[in-house]
Amino acid sequence: MSAARPSRGLASRIFSVDHKVIGIQYALTSLCFLFVGFSLMVVMRWQLAYPGEALPLGSLLGEDRAPAGVIAPEFYNQLAAMHGTIMVFLAVVPLLVGAFGNYLVPLMVGAPDMAFPRLNMASYWTYLAGGLVMLSGFLAPGGAAAAGWTSYPPLASIATMGQTLWLFGMLLIIISSLLGSLNIIVTIVQLRTEGLSFQRMPFFLWAQLVSAFLLLLAFPALQAASFLQLMDRLAGSSFFLPSGLVVGGEVLPQTGGGSPLLWQHLFWFLAHPEVYVLILPALGIVAEVITTHARAPFWRLRWAVGSTIGIGFFAFLVWAHHMFLTGMGTVISTFFQATTMIISIPSVIILSCLFMTLWGGRIRFPSSMLFALAFLPMFGIGGLTGLPLGLAAADLQLHDTYYVIGHFHYIVAPGTLFAVFAGIYHWFPKVTGRKLDERLGKMHFWPTLLLMNGVFFPMFIVGLAGVSRRLYDGGAGFAFAREVAPLNELMSLCAWGLGIAQVPFIFNLVLTLRRKKPEAAPANPWRATSLEWLAESPPQETNFPSAPVVVAGPYTYRADAVKAETELSAGEDPTEAADFTPQWSHVPVSEP
Amino acid sequence: MANGHSTTLHHHFESYDQQRNASSLGMWFFLAQEVMFFGGLFTAYMIYRTQNGLDFAVASSHLNIPLGALNTAILIASSFTMAMAVKKSVLAQRKAIVGYLILTLILGCGFLVVKYFEYAEKFEHNTVPGSSFEFHVEPELIAQYDLSPERVVTMEKRAEIFFSLYFMMTGLHALHMVIGVGIGIWLMFPAMAGKFNMDYHNPVENFGLYWHFVDLVWIFLFPLLYLLGGNALAGG
Repeated sequence: MSAARPSRGLASRIFSVDHKVIGIQYALTSLCFLFVGFSLMVVMRWQLAYPGEALPLGSLLGEDRAPAGVIAPEFYNQLAAMHGTIMVFLAVVPLLVGAFGNYLVPLMVGAPDMAFPRLNMASYWTYLAGGLVMLSGFLAPGGAAAAGWTSYPPLASIATMGQTLWLFGMLLIIISSLLGSLNIIVTIVQLRTEGLSFQRMPFFLWAQLVSAFLLLLAFPALQAASFLQLMDRLAGSSFFLPSGLVVGGEVLPQTGGGSPLLWQHLFWFLAHPEVYVLILPALGIVAEVITTHARAPFWRLRWAVGSTIGIGFFAFLVWAHHMFLTGMGTVISTFFQATTMIISIPSVIILSCLFMTLWGGRIRFPSSMLFALAFLPMFGIGGLTGLPLGLAAADLQLHDTYYVIGHFHYIVAPGTLFAVFAGIYHWFPKVTGRKLDERLGKMHFWPTLLLMNGVFFPMFIVGLAGVSRRLYDGGAGFAFAREVAPLNELMSLCAWGLGIAQVPFIFNLVLTLRRKKPEAAPANPWRATSLEWLAESPPQETNFPSAPVVVAGPYTYRADAVKAETELSAGEDPTEAADFTPQWSHVPVSEP
Repeated sequence: MANGHSTTLHHHFESYDQQRNASSLGMWFFLAQEVMFFGGLFTAYMIYRTQNGLDFAVASSHLNIPLGALNTAILIASSFTMAMAVKKSVLAQRKAIVGYLILTLILGCGFLVVKYFEYAEKFEHNTVPGSSFEFHVEPELIAQYDLSPERVVTMEKRAEIFFSLYFMMTGLHALHMVIGVGIGIWLMFPAMAGKFNMDYHNPVENFGLYWHFVDLVWIFLFPLLYLLGGNALAGG
């Protein structure tokens, strides 16, 4: 391994062990999955907006999926289940942990690579394989998994072959996530460069560390559960199948005696911590962007770090608040209701810290900052609307309605995805050596912000009216939903518009990369403090010429220092601007 | 990176200490996730046993305790030879490392052979879950517990859950054994080449941790699955 790897052949680029290459592979792959997940939703929204009407070009889907162009109920279920699965497991978490985590963690700790580069490569390839296995369900007889992203038995146990592929894909994704999270934990704990104590770690690294622990310790429960469900489907056992189950008028041959609730417990034991994996790294990205562009130190970094660790701990104690309706009993419900209220406190602390950081800052508004700023209230809406769901009494009414969909989409779509966009605009110069176009960035931001709210806000209204999230016609066929049903069309139009609003973004990526005379980005274009900005843009293969030495904590910005934009435009070396102190030592450390 | 370095120090580590610490930390966290994985299975066991205590005890009495005990002894012995292999790798005693690794692998394979005979017995008696599952409660037990005919029928059905758990848990444990034997064979090459010494022995040490962990899982499986039946037969 110590031998240099000078060969730059195609194979060595594709099967690279370099964390930067793997990070980019993760980014591109998960953006593709994001697009696939979005496309499924685009099709679904047609059926919700115009129930029973033929989809334009719907005949291309085939007679099984869309007879006479009208989306079949079975196909609608597949779209819904796969949209959720792809977005959570194949798009957003791989973006946050696989792409941002992989690319930035070694740079931010000042290491040349991840602790286990070959495991890192294996992590990417198992992820890709898992994703493709899951997607291949669409070609299987009976179509893809259709039992929801939660795959509750007994429905999932008797579903068509797509569900088996879902389970196999899930097992591969879990292995991939295990390898990735191990790498991140060990890299942060063991490979921090000289002077980078835990107290000096940027918030991004803390967020990644805690999320990695969540992935490491929560996913195995679902792994065990997936094995059990696979056996139920393939070997005729009945771990999750109750006695006397009647399907299609006939009693199922399995002897039964199993408990479908056991799956729910094991599933949510993973899936609730997974929710925090969806948000913590996003908070980490937003923290970096906001401090950099507010030119202000992180307000109460210690509180935010302590809260992050607190979330990591309590994340394992709240899972059954997804199950208030299963008849667990009031004692257990009360316990999980209490832990759910408790875990909202550290979340609010982190959000407040981010808001307070803005106070007294000299705020710049590049596209990354716009997305980061929009993240704050969007995450706030998502979080606050979650409180009624955490209270057992209110949840009885709201459970499985569009209100729930609105709630968690506010966290993940205008929340986490905005953080992802902020991160892409922020670190794109580091990765490629070129800044993205600001005008296109703003053309991307404003319509996206507006349309996101257009998609998700009406869901609260529809949900409060009692419309179930699983309805094939979006509630149009029910008298009680008559007043809110027209909102479905508005939401669909906004969702399709949201797709069009991403065109400037894609243009921006492509044009910036293809520009003939690129505006070369300096090493530290935003005048930020953390270690990745010491490396060249893009970083050399070993990241740093020699191991950097850290001499200061993160976020040493002085908003009051009068040195600013003019210098940047004047072409001076922006790293000399005096309103910040980077973490690294200015004196180059010579190798002994 | 310098050519003076031995090939066993990977380029992104500054020192052997850092490399060893990183790899043991990684191994311990890997084992932590393994605990969570088997924890999921033990949770399933716990819930179903709580719901069907007597049924599980009766089903458990159909397992072969002598073979299970033999396997327990084999695994404990293999943990000893494994620990010796780790010790010898620190001392850089090439022949001793190879010898103890071979012993460990032989014992590991021995465990799998015994397991094969156990599984074969279950297939012969049709106590494998699925459409051909057959289980009969002994007349003595029916008399001892005064079971109604309906209760006997449910008991015979609940036994299938016990055997599902038995095959699932011992099967995944055996899969871990097979993977362990594979890693052990792979470790034989650097061991024979004399690569292991004070500075670089983390592969053997980590393999040892893995092996002990798999052993430990069996130490829980044996009483929970095999010895449970004693209760039913002793009338407890």
